[in-house]
Amino acid sequence: MSAAAPGTTFTLLMLPFLAALIAPWLTRRLGHNAAWLLALVPLAIFVHFLGFSSEVANGEIVTGGFAWVPSYNVSFSWLIDGLSLTFVLLISGIGALIMLYSGGYLKGHVQLGRFFSFMLLFMGAMLGVVVSDSFLMLFVFWELTSITSFLLIGFDHTREASRRAAIQALVVTGGGGLALLAGLLVIWNITGVSQISLLLILGDEVRLSPFYLLALLLVLGGAFSKSAQFPLHFWLPNAMEAPTPVSAYLHSATMVKAGVYLLMRLNPVLGETIWWETILPVFGGATLIVGTLLAIRQTDLKLMLAYTTVSSLGLLVMLTGFGSERAVAAAVLYLVAHSMFKGALFMVAGLIDHEAGTRDVTKLGGLRKAMPVTFIAAMAAAISMGGLPPFFGFLAKEEIYYALWATDLWSLAFVATAVIGNGLMFVIGFAVAIKPFFGPKVETPKHAHEGPVLLWLGPLTLAAAAFVAAVLSPYTHQLISSPMASAVAGDSQTVTISLIPHLGPALTLSLITIVFGVIVYRMLDRARDAMARLLAAIGWGPDRGFDQVISGAVRLSGAVTRVVQPGRMDFYMTVTFIMIAIALFAPMAIYDEWPDMPTWPADAQFHELAVFVIALVGLGAVIYARDRLTAIVSLGVQGFAVALLFMLFGAPDLSFTQFMVETLAVVILALVMTRLKLTASDHRSTQEKVLDMSVSLACGIGFALFLLSVTQQPFDPFISEFFAAYSKIAAHGTNVVNVILVDFRGTDTLGEIAVVMVTGLAVLSLIRVRTNWNGVAVADNDPDGREEGR
Amino acid sequence: MRTVIFRSIAPYLTSLMVLFSIFVLLRGHNLPGGGFIGGLIAASALAIYGIACGVAPVRRAIHFHPMAISAFGLFLGAGAGVLSVFASVPFMTGLWTYPTLFGVELALSSVLVFDIGVYLVVVGAIASIALALEERDRD
Repeated sequence: MSAAAPGTTFTLLMLPFLAALIAPWLTRRLGHNAAWLLALVPLAIFVHFLGFSSEVANGEIVTGGFAWVPSYNVSFSWLIDGLSLTFVLLISGIGALIMLYSGGYLKGHVQLGRFFSFMLLFMGAMLGVVVSDSFLMLFVFWELTSITSFLLIGFDHTREASRRAAIQALVVTGGGGLALLAGLLVIWNITGVSQISLLLILGDEVRLSPFYLLALLLVLGGAFSKSAQFPLHFWLPNAMEAPTPVSAYLHSATMVKAGVYLLMRLNPVLGETIWWETILPVFGGATLIVGTLLAIRQTDLKLMLAYTTVSSLGLLVMLTGFGSERAVAAAVLYLVAHSMFKGALFMVAGLIDHEAGTRDVTKLGGLRKAMPVTFIAAMAAAISMGGLPPFFGFLAKEEIYYALWATDLWSLAFVATAVIGNGLMFVIGFAVAIKPFFGPKVETPKHAHEGPVLLWLGPLTLAAAAFVAAVLSPYTHQLISSPMASAVAGDSQTVTISLIPHLGPALTLSLITIVFGVIVYRMLDRARDAMARLLAAIGWGPDRGFDQVISGAVRLSGAVTRVVQPGRMDFYMTVTFIMIAIALFAPMAIYDEWPDMPTWPADAQFHELAVFVIALVGLGAVIYARDRLTAIVSLGVQGFAVALLFMLFGAPDLSFTQFMVETLAVVILALVMTRLKLTASDHRSTQEKVLDMSVSLACGIGFALFLLSVTQQPFDPFISEFFAAYSKIAAHGTNVVNVILVDFRGTDTLGEIAVVMVTGLAVLSLIRVRTNWNGVAVADNDPDGREEGR
Repeated sequence: MRTVIFRSIAPYLTSLMVLFSIFVLLRGHNLPGGGFIGGLIAASALAIYGIACGVAPVRRAIHFHPMAISAFGLFLGAGAGVLSVFASVPFMTGLWTYPTLFGVELALSSVLVFDIGVYLVVVGAIASIALALEERDRD
């Protein structure tokens, strides 16, 4: 195994994205059996990264990568230590099982190929998050997991509940991602490094900075939203709208742990401060208790598991926040154990749903004989979740109690929190594993029997892995736990806990937990009713709050839009021209740079004066015209007179263009008028006329003054002389204007003609908008209906 | 507007104007004129034809959709710019060639191609607006 080859690592990191491209095609050819091939992708990643384990176990940190945007010092680089290696192995290992499970679960689904694609994309993004060394890469992959999880939660997009859950997850986790970006930028500014591997040794610099708290809160915003910490936990249970493979993968084993990963990763940098050791345990503990209490209330297997996932994440955050060596070790063990048992239990829940047709725990029972393999997997996972030997969960729970036990009040409060939380999770775990399988056989919507191998392979393997990992705990610790704990703590750590229980406070607390769990389990139905009544009495939750925030935002934007865009063309025009007038007058007024008034030229010729008079007559006619057509034509007269002036003063090109523009303007304005069926004459009231007139006078005078002051500035003829001198020599043309347009500044013209074309398209589509379905013309510029009345 | 006199004259007037617009376009490099002005003249020619004889004959006469003409002009303009890249000079550098045809030396250049592109864009865009406005509601 050439673990050192960076090319292979890069290829494997990109492999899920490539596989996502061909997944739909493969699925069309092979049907659900494509899962077997696609599962090879995470398997290959798993095997490749396993090759790093010996180096990592020796305490080495493997980095690699290449410069991505060298000018901004951004690199595409990865960092493989105990923490990221464990995550990679979990993501790819469980990922392979989930791919198989998806193939069985969604067998025959029309969009199976798309589903595989999304899953692989997510997998690639998640791997990217945990191996990223550079901040930018971390952020990009972090947001990619939000986006792919949006796609996966909303996979069943024809149902409104799915769409709502998907949007909710995207808003909460994507928004948190922005907070994370800001936090990373603050850290970048403090330390000047944008790579985690360099940052890890600069922890003191960050902690002593006056911006430490800001950075901490922003990073926590990202981590807490991703890891569903109270009060942002509500999106995770709603995300159960996704197909079960998604819940089993994203919302138990991987994505929701990204927040925990981030906290563990930054523990050496941000940790060991009073803020860190207060905020994290308090929020984590609150999440633990709220999650388990809400889980008791549920009857849906997936929702029960989802709420315990929330509480498990709370427990992890709480442990990470304590920061002591044992707490870190406990967090590491619990994270690994949780990924295995929760993934397995979710898959079991989906399996029951798939085979029996329901996942309501009150409508299930006696499935033990019909689904023996599922039952074994469920029991094994539940034993691990309950923290009983001989499974990995037992090690984790013992270590948690070792870590928390102390006799001061603060510690005792968290010990009590942990005991209650673990006890209630014990209840839920066994409720999921026992209730559907024991008791009298209940009639289910589908005739239940054992699922196909694709479905039970995943949960069984995970349950077996939890067993093996616990029995061979010295090897597990050497390979996984100790390197990961070292990476989280920032210095070398050794995890030693084994299956052999030691007498002491930890074992006592375990026994209390189990007794408490058994008592609650026996009165589960009553506890559920009590919780339901309590929640009904409260009546409001963050989930409702989310809806209120969203509808509030919609109402606000509606109100703003009504003010800013009332839909009246004349209002827009008035505002626009008032702004133009202000822009023209303000600089002259502020800097007191009024132009000198020009003197009347004594040598004005008669024909020049005549043209002036024509222009003025045209203008007067516009104002006094009885109907619109006359006004338009009079405006044309004024324009032609100006074009004549251009001609007289030696600008033939300009004059030529002005003639054509005036002609076309008259034609098109007349056409527009007939098109919009405007009345022949003006309908404005005197008041409006006065307002419009003063605005247009202000604009006109402003432009005149502006032009006067421009011409009174000393003129630097450098450019015009250059053009005149080189027009013939360099561009073979004597018409300087044209040479500038097509040669000297040809690229500008290219842009301009592109604008002309796009404008043409836009105008064309506006004209083509016809009466819509309500019989109201979209291009109606008369919202008050004043013209219809005439 | 559709008087007999106007309807009879319009086709000749339009032809003359289009011819003149091409003349203006071609002489633009050395004398007043150029693609933009030429395009405006041709567009007004088409507008006049449309007012006099209706839009359908105009659309038949120009064969292509005016927006397609405009797009082709933009393509031509961009292509004229790209042409210089093949001669290993920066984008939009003018290239000149002087072939002799029937004993007359012609000055052909990528700049001319670009100007023709401008002409077509302007004709197409303005004519398509004008024609769309002239068209009565058919439905």
